[in-house]
Amino acid sequence: MAKAAVEIQGLTKAFGTNNVLRGIDLELYSGEVTVLMGANGAGKSTLVKVICGVHPADNGTLKMHGEVIRPATPSEAIRAGIVTVHQNINDGVIPDLDVASNLMLDTLAEPGSGFFLKRREIRAQARKLAASMGLNVDVTQPVSELALADRQLVAIARAMAHEPKLMILDEPTSSLSATEAARLFTLLDRLRDAGVAILYISHRTSDIHRIADRIVSMRDGEIVGRFDEKPLDYEAAVNAMLGQKMVDATLDFKTAGAPVLELKDVQIRAGSPKISLTINTDEVVAITGLVGSGKSELAAILYGLKKPAGGTLTLMGAPYAPKSPGHAIESGVFMCAKDRGTNGVLQDHNLTKNISAPFLARFSTLSFVNRKAEARGARDTINDLNIICQSETDDIGTLSGGNQQKVVIGRWLSQPSDLLILDEPFQGVDIKARRDIGNKIRETAKGRATIVMASEMDEVMEIADRIIVLADHKIVGEHRNLDLDIKQVVAQVAGLNGNNKQAKVDG
Amino acid sequence: MQDDATDITDTKDMAPKKTMVDYAIRYGFLTLLAGLLIYFSVAAEGFLSPYSAVFIFQSVAITGILALGVTFTLVVDGFDLSIGSTATSALMLSAYVMVVLEMSAVAAVVACLVMGALIGLVNGLLIVKMKVPDLLATLGMMFLLIGLQRIPTEGRSIATGMKLPGGETANGTFAPEFLWLGRNRFDFFIENLIPVSVVILVIVAILCWVFLELTRHGRLMYAIGSNQRAAALAGTNVNRYKIIAYMISGVLASVGGILLAARLGRGDIASGNNLLLDSVAAALIGFAVLGVAKPNAFGTAIGALFVGILLQGLTMMNAPYYTQDFVKGAVLVIALVFTFVLTGRRGGSNH
Repeated sequence: MAKAAVEIQGLTKAFGTNNVLRGIDLELYSGEVTVLMGANGAGKSTLVKVICGVHPADNGTLKMHGEVIRPATPSEAIRAGIVTVHQNINDGVIPDLDVASNLMLDTLAEPGSGFFLKRREIRAQARKLAASMGLNVDVTQPVSELALADRQLVAIARAMAHEPKLMILDEPTSSLSATEAARLFTLLDRLRDAGVAILYISHRTSDIHRIADRIVSMRDGEIVGRFDEKPLDYEAAVNAMLGQKMVDATLDFKTAGAPVLELKDVQIRAGSPKISLTINTDEVVAITGLVGSGKSELAAILYGLKKPAGGTLTLMGAPYAPKSPGHAIESGVFMCAKDRGTNGVLQDHNLTKNISAPFLARFSTLSFVNRKAEARGARDTINDLNIICQSETDDIGTLSGGNQQKVVIGRWLSQPSDLLILDEPFQGVDIKARRDIGNKIRETAKGRATIVMASEMDEVMEIADRIIVLADHKIVGEHRNLDLDIKQVVAQVAGLNGNNKQAKVDG
Repeated sequence: MQDDATDITDTKDMAPKKTMVDYAIRYGFLTLLAGLLIYFSVAAEGFLSPYSAVFIFQSVAITGILALGVTFTLVVDGFDLSIGSTATSALMLSAYVMVVLEMSAVAAVVACLVMGALIGLVNGLLIVKMKVPDLLATLGMMFLLIGLQRIPTEGRSIATGMKLPGGETANGTFAPEFLWLGRNRFDFFIENLIPVSVVILVIVAILCWVFLELTRHGRLMYAIGSNQRAAALAGTNVNRYKIIAYMISGVLASVGGILLAARLGRGDIASGNNLLLDSVAAALIGFAVLGVAKPNAFGTAIGALFVGILLQGLTMMNAPYYTQDFVKGAVLVIALVFTFVLTGRRGGSNH
């Protein structure tokens, strides 16, 4: 306990001009579970990838029991005693092979392990390994027939074949049920007792209460909090991870107008609590909550990507049940999806084509695109949002990340809407671009209702007139963004004492 | 802010360097084509004549029409392996309709076009609804059609006077209007110069170009090919456009099959073997034309022409016929290298 199994000092990593890790110092101790928390884009996954050899570090050292190591590939990291269980369970197993082959896969892949399969020997070894891990499965069964949790356990057991000194688990319970997760924790207890240092990434309160010996919070590529005194101060850890620097952007509060969108008894998932909510014209409402709180699912429901499990939606006084994004756009509901790389940017298309994509019909006569009008619209958006480029015919790939983000947001501001939903509009942009985008959203908010989904407290406070907190698919808090009790908001975000406060907040 | 500042200087610094490479990428292939034309004009006697030009066009007309169909599926990031067999099915169907069923030319053409659209619809539904990967779905369709077109005649070619499975003789003939499609030549300064198939190729190419470049439907198809999710979130009906792309591909393939039947004048079971590979090659060579590195109608037409010119020139210089496939393969590989190395480098400097 006194001596750290793993010591990380001054670790930095940049992708282009984007400094993702700005000097990480972190110690991990044998026989201890360290939970790493951080909002989207805090740099958690990059940190994991550097440790497990996917990305090389720019600067800094990684010491394993006092010895400096520099894993250049994942297999080098494994040989050094670092194993990683990734979030996507199926990355860790080969579904078509049986459990035994999966457990012994790394032995099979080793050079010089013989040409022919020694089936019986493999099975015997696999059984021994499974037994030592308390894994109760038939090793001759194909992994594809196992339940999700069992696959996860197989992946972890497989990692254990290397006798790791450090095991990293990236949100391992995100697709497990409570009972399945309990089995995982039993296994982790075993590993902890065996003296493995465990780095566990998760946001789930229940996980952290059950498993954590220590919590480390990360924000903007830095470690911003270490919590190792029992009882663990979970609230402070969430607080540190979300950050709550005072907002220096001044907000001119808007008085909300007539209702635009009304949700009545909407259930995000089958069996989840009923949500009722009204969004009015002229106001900007931020919906916040941790990953998995239901923010993105709610956005999907509003944009016709998903049907609500129950309840009714009303838009401008008429029933609203969008069947597709196309339908939503026609009804005057626009959504700028999160993660522009996968959901927003049209690669190899120029700025004009990227901006006009949803509204081509409005720029067309008899299906023929009026290119002049289209280019004019694009130029307006470029000027409006201060997008740095040479002209509207630039390929979008030539722009920096922040400017690409402005393009995908500008796309949805380029035409008037009744309801605009922006899902994580500040994702992966620097502070300057964030301010530009935020100001533009607020400037144009008159005449429509605006919903911003965001998980970072700073962003929420910069943008919103009203803040709604989601946790576990229900509304646990609602606040005016004026004399805000940040502590209370953060507690609600973290899913603590949300229930007892609900009554007061609703009133 | 600092990011943005460096961005500007970067692009300014790169501007002079980029133009040279840009020119090479943009006009390299067209320059090569012009060079070939000049070389053959000098080296091969009779190459530079209207008849030779028409012959080249005629030799690539059917491949070119099929290749334009492939282009549509490539645009939506798909692939259609069934075009060759769709064309030969249309060839057999038109012969069957006229020779066995003794119906008119119009009936034959309509039947083929409907069949092409249906094949495309099934391909599209397999890919979009059943989630079968495009290559596999259209490969399955290819086999299915190769088999299907043989069943009605028990594997024999269709010609007037053939014995039918039932024992009677087929008495129908290819309608003269139908044969006109394959054999008539329009006057163009010189009498009997331009074949109907070349006119159809030109019309189809222009229509495809207009559709893909100037209409919003073409634009949305390109958007789907670039980022299907983003296109869907922008309100595009992705499934519908994909199905339409496969239907266009099927219809154009059957147009090619009709022209082939009209040229041959019989339902020859063995013809059209090379159609698939030749037309896919033309569409892929098209990537290199103008350096756009993506499927495009103009490039496809030029790609088809390029292969035609090269083969015609080589033939006139007495290169043996069996070297033809080798030449096509070499052109394709060079074009692909050209596309992906040069444009890849350009792309790389940007990211």
